[in-house]
Amino acid sequence: MNYLMSFLIGGVFCVIGQLLIEKTKLMPARILVSYVVAGIVLSAVGLYEPLVRFASSGATVPLTGFGHLLAKGVREAVAEQGLLGALTGGLTATAGGIAAAIVFAFLMALLFFPRKK
Amino acid sequence: MRAEEYQRLVYQKTEKNSLVKDCFFAFLIGGSICLLGECLKTVYIVLCNIPEEKAGILVSVSLVFLSAFLTGIGVYDKIARVGGAGTLVPITGFANAVVSPVMEFRIEGMVLGIGPKMFSVAGSVVAYGTAASVVYGVIYYILMRCGVVG
Repeated sequence: MNYLMSFLIGGVFCVIGQLLIEKTKLMPARILVSYVVAGIVLSAVGLYEPLVRFASSGATVPLTGFGHLLAKGVREAVAEQGLLGALTGGLTATAGGIAAAIVFAFLMALLFFPRKK
Repeated sequence: MRAEEYQRLVYQKTEKNSLVKDCFFAFLIGGSICLLGECLKTVYIVLCNIPEEKAGILVSVSLVFLSAFLTGIGVYDKIARVGGAGTLVPITGFANAVVSPVMEFRIEGMVLGIGPKMFSVAGSVVAYGTAASVVYGVIYYILMRCGVVG
């Protein structure tokens, strides 16, 4: 069931992105930023956590899930450390993904030669 | 006039068809990436006995690695040509946005090429994501103090 929901809900997130690209002429970079901020907002109003329980990876793999992780990190950090948590919570929760992207980018730059377009 | 109308009709039809086709492939490929994430999560939790929270992070890291590798060998861009937003919206699209400019600008050097260019798109994502999360954190703190949440 989790597999089916992951596929379906994840697919729906991507179709919304595709419609945004073709109907509003939003550039891909703006879509990425919008998705992350939308994820934070949806998580803040309490809608994203139920969606994660319902769709599992279908909700966590799209970039809205990245936003949800930022918001969730902030919530937990504020509850633990007070106002300082507002600064530390988001990046702490998402550090794994960001650091992985940076390190693997270096690795790929060292392993492969630039491609001719 | 008739020829022009015909041309316009053809254009509208093909545009509509291509939108449906693009959305179909975005759904198929984006959904598949999420499905792959779910499969990896099961493998980490069931076979490797990793707690769910950590498994989620590992799934992200694995997908980021896969996307970085496919971008490095030039395959991800080919999938993206078919998949459109299906390859952009999942976290693999974020990794692609980091690695792609790195591959392109690495000839400009380690400090002036690779370092800054990896954040040419991802920088915006991290910046606005972090800023929005801090704003939310402050609001959440105030609400918590007032006893509304937490």
